[in-house]
Amino acid sequence: MSNLTREETEALIAEVLEVYPDKAKKDRAKHLAVNDQSIEQSKKCITSNRKSLPGVMTIRGCAYAGSRGVVWGPIKDMIHISHGPVGCGQYSRAGRRNYYIGTTGVNTFVTMNFTSDFQEKDIVFGGDKKLAKIITEIEELFPLVKGISVQSECPIGLIGDDIEAVSKKASAAINKPVVPVRCEGFRGVSQSLGHHIANDAIRDWVLDVKKEDTSFVPSPYDVTVIGDYNIGGDAWSSRILLEEMGLRVIAQWSGDGSLAEMELTPKAKLNLLHCYRSMNYISRHMEEKYGIPWMEYNFFGPTKIAESLRKIAAFFDESIQKKCEEVIAKYQPMVDAVVAKYKPRLTGKRVMLYVGGLRPRHVIGSYEDLGMEVVGTGYEFAHGDDYDRTIKEMGNATLLYDDVTGFEFEEFVKKVKPDLIGSGIKEKYIFQKMGIPFRQMHSWDYSGPYHGYDGFAIFARDMDMTLNNPCWNKLIPPWKKPAAEGEDMAKAA
Amino acid sequence: MANIMIRRGDKGEYVFYLPKRDLEDTIVSMEFDTPEKWGGEIKLNNGGSYFIEPQTAPERLPYSVRAKRLDAAE
Ligand code: SF4
Repeated sequence: MSNLTREETEALIAEVLEVYPDKAKKDRAKHLAVNDQSIEQSKKCITSNRKSLPGVMTIRGCAYAGSRGVVWGPIKDMIHISHGPVGCGQYSRAGRRNYYIGTTGVNTFVTMNFTSDFQEKDIVFGGDKKLAKIITEIEELFPLVKGISVQSECPIGLIGDDIEAVSKKASAAINKPVVPVRCEGFRGVSQSLGHHIANDAIRDWVLDVKKEDTSFVPSPYDVTVIGDYNIGGDAWSSRILLEEMGLRVIAQWSGDGSLAEMELTPKAKLNLLHCYRSMNYISRHMEEKYGIPWMEYNFFGPTKIAESLRKIAAFFDESIQKKCEEVIAKYQPMVDAVVAKYKPRLTGKRVMLYVGGLRPRHVIGSYEDLGMEVVGTGYEFAHGDDYDRTIKEMGNATLLYDDVTGFEFEEFVKKVKPDLIGSGIKEKYIFQKMGIPFRQMHSWDYSGPYHGYDGFAIFARDMDMTLNNPCWNKLIPPWKKPAAEGEDMAKAA
Repeated sequence: MANIMIRRGDKGEYVFYLPKRDLEDTIVSMEFDTPEKWGGEIKLNNGGSYFIEPQTAPERLPYSVRAKRLDAAE
């Protein structure tokens, strides 16, 4: 199917909006747009970061999910207490596939769920005593834990527990940092505010703690990887590239990261920011307070990787720049082989994306390197600055959809007829049943890593495996196939 | 009054950032831009304008400061 023109795309949006009542229509219209590269400011064409409409299907999460699940969760040597009823933590446990090194339950705790399991009596009488008790118990049972964070679920804010006071007291008692995080799920319109709250908690409770510590010897090539959650090993396949280039990665935020790494971050020379949405806050803070510049980069697909590596190298001296070129040259044969193998099988295929954070714009390069085209993209919880950055990456007249509803997404897909959809687990089975190849792009569909050169090879294989899977022509049972084909089969048999 | 942060962009220009609304934009003009007197009315690329109480220039950027909204573009 050929691509839609601007008019057709506009008509499609209008058609989809038709079913809504007037008020909802007016609201949703602001969140759907046709991309126009000449627009510099996204807010002229698309509204974002607004409350989802009641009654429509949204796949957003809550502030607790943004803080516990995304930012704090992957910090491996801390225990993150899901403070409140058991469900919030248990149903999201280990779902993001943040890989880490360590012995779970001994010195690392990422995939475990710690909760204060609120009961009615805790809601009525308050849960502060319970929290204090949990912290003592954790210290007893897991003596190697480096710190504790208290991730508030909805009830904590509602009943007005004073988790800050408990945390301060407990911290003094166990002599380890205890960080209260006010990330109750009802705050804000999506998980995005949870990221911000989590960033602020790190700023207030973690960064300055080791100020006086001089045991760390800085080097002129210290960088950090910020906003990489090591999903399926992403941070590792990014980190090796930086290290081969001669840089020293002193912290990973927060995939496979540790408390000590976070405390040391103010000693870095440059903060490298992958997921802008979830960690720009802390990067901006460190720039102002410690004078550490930050730089956005993109490690999806060889074109963007080379571009980013050069940009990073340009910040350092010539020795790094020389090594940077060597790294790019070293991986070029591998990239060529991957492209030679998969591009012919994938070229010309059209993709629609709907993810969160950075992916709706960052992965576009990966697809383009394989000759594919992204014809529609959207974010669950982006803000204006994300769309500012997206407009340039997307082709003219492609679809942009913010906090898309289940209905809209299905209708768009029916009309645009993409060859592949990349979105979350909630969309996966619907679209597969519609007969459209699908990749779950939140946790890489149990695969990964997708960052870096090594990740690109896996990415290409996965896309090919999904798109060219023989199952897609088996969707119509033989007796429903048009007669001609049925005869052929009869003959063959 | 809002808290804003001013930093230098890639090309050495001033960049305006309003954390509350995640608004990031380049500053096209600043009324006073000398070491002794810095601030005043600032105009953004999107057409909005803000006012910073004139003061001595900050020693280094980024710099957080309170600003009054004169005219938001919208
Ligand atoms: S919205 Fe509240 S109750 Fe629901 S998962 Fe988030 S923190 Fe838990």
